[in-house]
Amino acid sequence: MPMLHTVNKSPFERRTLDTALRHAVKGAAILLIEDGVYAAFDGTVVAEKVKSALKDHKIYVLGPDVAARGMSEHHVIDGLQVVDYGGFVDLVVEYDKVQSWL
Amino acid sequence: MAEPWEDDELEGPVRKFMYVNRRAPYGTIYALESLEVVLIAAAFEQDVTLVFMDDGVYQIKKEQNTEAIGVKNFSPTYRALEGYDVEKLYVERESLQSRGLTVEDLIVPVQIVDKDQLAELMEEQEVILSF
Repeated sequence: MPMLHTVNKSPFERRTLDTALRHAVKGAAILLIEDGVYAAFDGTVVAEKVKSALKDHKIYVLGPDVAARGMSEHHVIDGLQVVDYGGFVDLVVEYDKVQSWL
Repeated sequence: MAEPWEDDELEGPVRKFMYVNRRAPYGTIYALESLEVVLIAAAFEQDVTLVFMDDGVYQIKKEQNTEAIGVKNFSPTYRALEGYDVEKLYVERESLQSRGLTVEDLIVPVQIVDKDQLAELMEEQEVILSF
């Protein structure tokens, strides 16, 4: 199993998501947490980039961070999976290792 | 002769303060710190203007529910600002649009301005604090 990349910075403020995607091999997974969850929604200027990344990666988004920010799971881009804290732990176990892009 | 406490000058000057909010609410402490400082200025009856731009527009997103992350949801405080006579709230149109948000998504009444109008507003201020 390739690795799990976590991204916790807003894609509108930092280049962290771009950097993670650039260094993620095909089959690696991306988990959006904290301010990183702002990348997960349709209708934004980064949505197309995220949709095209779905071709090579499974992309997950942490539900509690979505709710905290007043964002709706209904507006999460199709193909992304919303996970809770238990799901976060499952991903960490499932993939070989974790790279936390800060 | 007026007593000292009746002297208008003792009330101190009222200055035009602008608070520029550019960060999302929970990933960093900036949004909460800004709100605290805004309330201080309001307590001193200053002329306060708030701007929400870039990721700052997320501070006033409706329906924030922080229960699961164990952090205080401070977004209701923005609705209380009116009670402190803080009523000049501006949101930059371009920032909302690029995030797929509209004025319907916001918890407080605001004026939507474009970047040029915002630049003019900034020029009118005496003190600008950026968070």
